[in-house]
Amino acid sequence: MAASSDRNPPPFPSSEEPEAGLSDMADGDSDEGEDIFVNNSNPVAVSRGVSQPDGVNEEPPDLFSEEEASNPITKSNGVHSDDDNDLFAEAHVELSTDKSGNSSGKDLSSVSGPRTTSSFNQSPASMQPTSLEQLEEEEAKDSFDVDVAVTNPEKVGDGMNAYMAYKVSTRSSLPMFRSKTFSVRRRFSDFLGLYEKLSVKQSLHGCIVPPPPEKSVVGMTKVKVGMDDPSSVEFVERRRAALERYIQRVVSHPSLLQDPDVREFLERDDLPRAVNTQALSGAGFLKMINKASDAVNKMTIKMNESDTWFEDKFQEVENEEQQLRKLHALVDSLVNHRKELCGNTAVFAKSMAMLGNSEDNTALSRALSQLAEVEDKMEQLHQEQAASDFFIFAELLADYIRLLGAVRGCFDQRMRAWQRWQEAQSTLQKKREAEAKLLWANKPEKLQQAKEEITEWEARVTQYERDFDRIGMTVRKEVLRFEKEKAKDFKSQIIKYLEAMLQSQQRLIKFWEAFLPEAKAIA
Amino acid sequence: MHYGMCCLCVLQPRAVNVDLQTDATLQVDISDALSERDKVKFTVHTKSTLPNFKQNEFSVVRQHEEFIWLHDSFVENEDYAGYIIPPAPPRPDFDASREKLQKLGEGEGSMTKEEFTKMKQELEAEYLAIFKKTVAMHEVFLCRVAAHPVLRKDLNFHVFLEYNQDLSVRGKNKKEKLEDFFKNVVKSADGVLVAGVKDVDDFFEHEKTFLLEYHNRVKDASAKSDKMIRSHKSAADDINRIASSLYTLGTPAMFKFEFEFTSSVVESGLLRFCFIALQKIEARVAADEDLKLADLLKYYLRESQAAKDLLYRRSRALVDYENANKALDKARAKNRDVLQAETSQQLCCHKFEKISESAKQELIDFKTRRVAAFRKNLVELAELELKHAKGNLQLLQSCLGVLKGNT
Repeated sequence: MAASSDRNPPPFPSSEEPEAGLSDMADGDSDEGEDIFVNNSNPVAVSRGVSQPDGVNEEPPDLFSEEEASNPITKSNGVHSDDDNDLFAEAHVELSTDKSGNSSGKDLSSVSGPRTTSSFNQSPASMQPTSLEQLEEEEAKDSFDVDVAVTNPEKVGDGMNAYMAYKVSTRSSLPMFRSKTFSVRRRFSDFLGLYEKLSVKQSLHGCIVPPPPEKSVVGMTKVKVGMDDPSSVEFVERRRAALERYIQRVVSHPSLLQDPDVREFLERDDLPRAVNTQALSGAGFLKMINKASDAVNKMTIKMNESDTWFEDKFQEVENEEQQLRKLHALVDSLVNHRKELCGNTAVFAKSMAMLGNSEDNTALSRALSQLAEVEDKMEQLHQEQAASDFFIFAELLADYIRLLGAVRGCFDQRMRAWQRWQEAQSTLQKKREAEAKLLWANKPEKLQQAKEEITEWEARVTQYERDFDRIGMTVRKEVLRFEKEKAKDFKSQIIKYLEAMLQSQQRLIKFWEAFLPEAKAIA
Repeated sequence: MHYGMCCLCVLQPRAVNVDLQTDATLQVDISDALSERDKVKFTVHTKSTLPNFKQNEFSVVRQHEEFIWLHDSFVENEDYAGYIIPPAPPRPDFDASREKLQKLGEGEGSMTKEEFTKMKQELEAEYLAIFKKTVAMHEVFLCRVAAHPVLRKDLNFHVFLEYNQDLSVRGKNKKEKLEDFFKNVVKSADGVLVAGVKDVDDFFEHEKTFLLEYHNRVKDASAKSDKMIRSHKSAADDINRIASSLYTLGTPAMFKFEFEFTSSVVESGLLRFCFIALQKIEARVAADEDLKLADLLKYYLRESQAAKDLLYRRSRALVDYENANKALDKARAKNRDVLQAETSQQLCCHKFEKISESAKQELIDFKTRRVAAFRKNLVELAELELKHAKGNLQLLQSCLGVLKGNT
């Protein structure tokens, strides 16, 4: 097709092309008939997300401008092979309901479970079909999954040079991995190193890179020194769970999964040690985000948003981050009070037992001892409830506070891209003015050079404009994906939390039901 | 914040009133109470067929200090040395609650209207609960006196019930407070000495040992239960705040997709609803534990102290009796003031025997009362815990049903 050259996603200025071979495959439409992973030919439905950007899609480099016009029904698979039809008939059905805008929740969530990830063979940086439907479709098509678990924390070494090594096990049917199940040992700085690599590459393109958990000098020092107290144990468990969630989020992200660094992290036995990870955890991470924001704020030319989606969304994200912080502080307080309650209940139970001992009426004495036992069991319940409050609820909030920070970073990247574009435009303008001057001054050699420079900058302006649009697209897609994942995540965690509560209530009932006859037997 | 509250005394099962003879000849209760800035006014209502009173039914208004006066008059009355004097009701203490309400008022600007209203309701409920409790404690005191075969006939008690003017009982002045302080010091020092004296009577010896240990353990249990309940209330407060906060969080993004995906309008507020209900349940549990366990323990802390006081008085009388015996022997030996010594010895003997006799009965009654009160409260506590847990369970099940049912 004539437009095919335009359809090639322009190469990203700074990234390597790791999937060079694949991006070739990904291009063109009717050529690669057999390749079921080709998405570009698919008319991408308009409802790629909630709202369609108004002004952004005019430029030729977009795949979507053409695709929008076409028939929204996704028949990608049908076009290519009949066998696929049967497998994916269900996917079609699901997707057509999607088109109508209100999806049936079930379908979507069964298609895109928390662990699914598609394996479209495209360069991560390239233009993937950004419609939600296409995403779902790919996932349904391939029905691959990648499951990563972080387990078995083990202390390696001694003293201040000691560290915790975790077992990272991957289970996947994706062909890109060397086997179906495998595991490696990684330490905390390896996770941070992965984040560093990913954020450098991906966030430039507007991708939301999940941030890793925070460093903790105090926590780690205790562990290193070999203290075996419950708070150290809790610290290690907290970290292990956080690392697991982190890596799970990374592999659930379709573009990140394609990144060779991720694969290396999961597969390679001997990973070179990451250095300079100070910058990238906790405070360091926040600093980075805020620096980006500052740069944006210092922009002299204010962006004129033709589309308020970005502004509105950014505001939403900021508000939500604030609210989550507040909520997190409250949950923290709850956790502490529950722990306190735990301690006080245990102490109370003992005092009741003592009272029961002094009581000289035998039935009452026995009942009081029983009460003491019930209170003891209550203490355990409170303990578990506190753990649940913490590990399920508080950590969820903490994760999303960090993630929202990453989302904000994404928006800032887009602004930076805009800035670059604007700067290039003004440079071009200057070059043109210079050329005009040279024309008057009549210096042919310099004129030639000027003309060359103008051509160069014209290309750059076009390039940067494309980049900006592309980032905008990606940010949009990413944000929508993020919101979907977030809703799912919150929902599933809340269900877990309530289920834990339910169980503890059931046990509570058992305890008191056993006690009641003893109380009644007092005479 | 100035709080004036009128509270009709439809008071719940008084934690500790059990086995008191509901005697038609004399029925006392607190029919009303009014909380003013720094005092509480109790309306004491009496119904009696006794001839001592001018009418069959009448009411007077009394303040806390007047209750204390009545109690002290019992304690100081030598004739009542052989009885367990019903412990005086604790002073009404709204300071903490008032302070919280004041702080809330000051911080009104910094929270949303919803949050403010909610917190105000919580604090008001807390205030009301404290108020109800203090009324109950005062009532229990009067009922115990009215139920006691001897104390109910006390003249001061009748004056307390009937005299419809202010009793002009002033609080103790500094000098008197100091006297009290020294009296207590002497008493506790003496108590140690007296406790050392081994009793010939097995019953009393056993009671002494028992009461000493029991009293200490009740004291400990009471303090620990208070702490536990405070933590529980704090946790309930946190849940309350989380619920309020979720209100603001619930509408924007967090549940937006939820709504689209599940087409359930209810769901967006569901989590918040869950938390609010859970908070109510946690708060109620804390309140029930408070009433049943903590109040019970507190009451028996005071009662056991009163019983100890009785034993002390008896031991004191015994020591006096033994001293009088020694004095008599000495007098006889010297053949001087024998008559005086004899009279004195007889008085002491009589006093001691009188006390011993009534003390025995009192202590037995105490035991019966105690066992009954504990039984009642433990049963009610268990039943309430079960009721709440089952309610909680139902709530959680329906929440989960909605959350999971749409997928």
